[in-house]
Amino acid sequence: MEIIAGLLNGFAVALEPANLFWCFVGVLLGTVVGILPGLGPPATIAMLLPLTFNMNPGGAIIMLAGIYYGAKYGGSTTSILMNVPGESASVVTCLDGYQMARKGRAGAALGIAAIASFIAGTVGVVGLMLVAPPIAKFALSFSSPEYFALMSLGLALVVLLAGRSIVKALLAALVGLWIASMGTDLFSATSRFTFGQMELLSGIDFVVVAIGVFALAEVLVNLEVREETRLLPVPKGLRNLLPTMQDLKDCRFAFVNGSVIGFLVGALPGGGSTIASFLSYGLEKAVSRRREQFGTGVVEGVAAPEGANNSETGGALVPLLTLGIPGSGTTAILLAALVLWGFKPGPLFIPEHPALFWGLVASMYLGNVMLLILNLPLVPLFAQVLKMPAYVLYPLILGVSMVGVYSVSASMFDLLLLMVFGLLGYLMRKLDYPSAPLILGLALGAGMERALRQSLMMSEGKLSILVSRPISAVMLSFALLVLLIPVFGKLNAWRLRALEQG
Amino acid sequence: MEEGTRKSGDLWSGVALAALGGYIVVQARQWEYLGPEGPGAGFFPLWYGVAMLGLSALLIVSQLRRGSARGSAIAWTRLGRALSTWFALAVSVALFKPLGFAISFALLTYFIVAVMYRRPLKTAALVALASAAGFYLVFDRALGVPLPVGILGF
Repeated sequence: MEIIAGLLNGFAVALEPANLFWCFVGVLLGTVVGILPGLGPPATIAMLLPLTFNMNPGGAIIMLAGIYYGAKYGGSTTSILMNVPGESASVVTCLDGYQMARKGRAGAALGIAAIASFIAGTVGVVGLMLVAPPIAKFALSFSSPEYFALMSLGLALVVLLAGRSIVKALLAALVGLWIASMGTDLFSATSRFTFGQMELLSGIDFVVVAIGVFALAEVLVNLEVREETRLLPVPKGLRNLLPTMQDLKDCRFAFVNGSVIGFLVGALPGGGSTIASFLSYGLEKAVSRRREQFGTGVVEGVAAPEGANNSETGGALVPLLTLGIPGSGTTAILLAALVLWGFKPGPLFIPEHPALFWGLVASMYLGNVMLLILNLPLVPLFAQVLKMPAYVLYPLILGVSMVGVYSVSASMFDLLLLMVFGLLGYLMRKLDYPSAPLILGLALGAGMERALRQSLMMSEGKLSILVSRPISAVMLSFALLVLLIPVFGKLNAWRLRALEQG
Repeated sequence: MEEGTRKSGDLWSGVALAALGGYIVVQARQWEYLGPEGPGAGFFPLWYGVAMLGLSALLIVSQLRRGSARGSAIAWTRLGRALSTWFALAVSVALFKPLGFAISFALLTYFIVAVMYRRPLKTAALVALASAAGFYLVFDRALGVPLPVGILGF
């Protein structure tokens, strides 16, 4: 009853003309971003974040979330038409989607991708709506030791699945913690790691690091080559984009599989949509009667991963909104956005800001409908975006990045830092250091330190408080086990296989 | 990146991170570790600094044990293109104060189009002018987002 009342209130918020407009802008931008290879949701959300500071927070979070899930719809277009995934989550869609397009079934592939995304995306929102409130209630009993343990577990899971080398992922997370420590210590007013720079006394703005590491680094990597990719013809007319009844029948299990796997993997920190799509594709193939045909253009091979990567969004918002723990680079940026607007994601977020939470949930239902409408008949139009030359696109991204950083505090120093973090992000990619743990370390660093210091104040300096309380003991043990996985050969082989596929 | 190049990259990045870890530990030791009211400013940095030292040492040792990466080639052209763009970007940021955003950004765009993508100079000039004017009109005029202003007043 409480959920229905909340949802009805949410629709009242989401249906306000301004919020409806921002939802449309978000999903439209998301679709375009998803279509453009080399520009992902974290980079786009990071670039646009400063521009939302003057917006109503409700409209702003609705728009940013729209970019997040809209990109997953758009990502399938280039996978199917060009064999180039617009997003990492759409990599697996290339396997059967591109083969379908080569056989002249691009319309059916694009159509089934949109329908699967719609069904699973909606199921993901239902999951978020049903699961988030009870988890938030449970987390109300958490104190500082539990929070420290939870953040450690979240960071450990992200480190586990971020890259081939756990050592490198851990080092990236530690660099994130170091950046988070810069500035004035709020407990003792000691200035730390400021290198004598007045500008560093208030710390480094999250936006500067996120834009540098994601957007700038992405442009630099893309600018390494000057190649163009060829687009397969997009069928015109809605009829050509509708899958047949047989296609829909073949995808019945894929719709369920994608929805469930996507949501569960999304709710797990570190999981992410790429792993969700591969797991769901693997399961679909394992149970299929025509598994030998996978990879040659079967429609379930498109429906399952596309569903999973959309359902994952709903799952990923559960730990973010109820515990304040982001599970990926993108949700870490969304966390920073909420904090910058003055909200504190965690167990009290839903009771204290019901209009924001339920408005977001309702907007996601509406956004999924908008995306279905946009992605079925308008795919040929969106595909035209791909004709924008790279030499026009990349300077635009660089320009928006610089304006975004400058708009935060009108500081030239921040622009210099942007250069530094852009170069750092580029070098990290070249040397195979994952950037998600760095961003997560930065997002969680201050909270982790505060929770640890408060725990030790509660126990008068005894570290045993972290393991003497059952919930924190379980979570810390689990975090330790997660980090020890590479030591166990078989488990590490499974982890590496999952990463190689992703 | 080539496997061998990555190996030597791992070695040098390990050394750099070990130096950073050492610096963090040295700095953290100058701040209070544990006071009467609980952990001080040096408590948390000391622990992650030690962890950084340990992990980077692990990375260095594992690379040394795998042997050297001699004979592997770095894709200099790719690296050169990316670093040239980064350098041009840094120069354009440095020019914000004297020239303002619009002119500096136009120069950066011109460089990317004409030099990095080898498009005709006319095309480069057109794209540079159009994007700089577009940014000025959209952000400065329409959205009221401040852009760095130069000696010419824009």
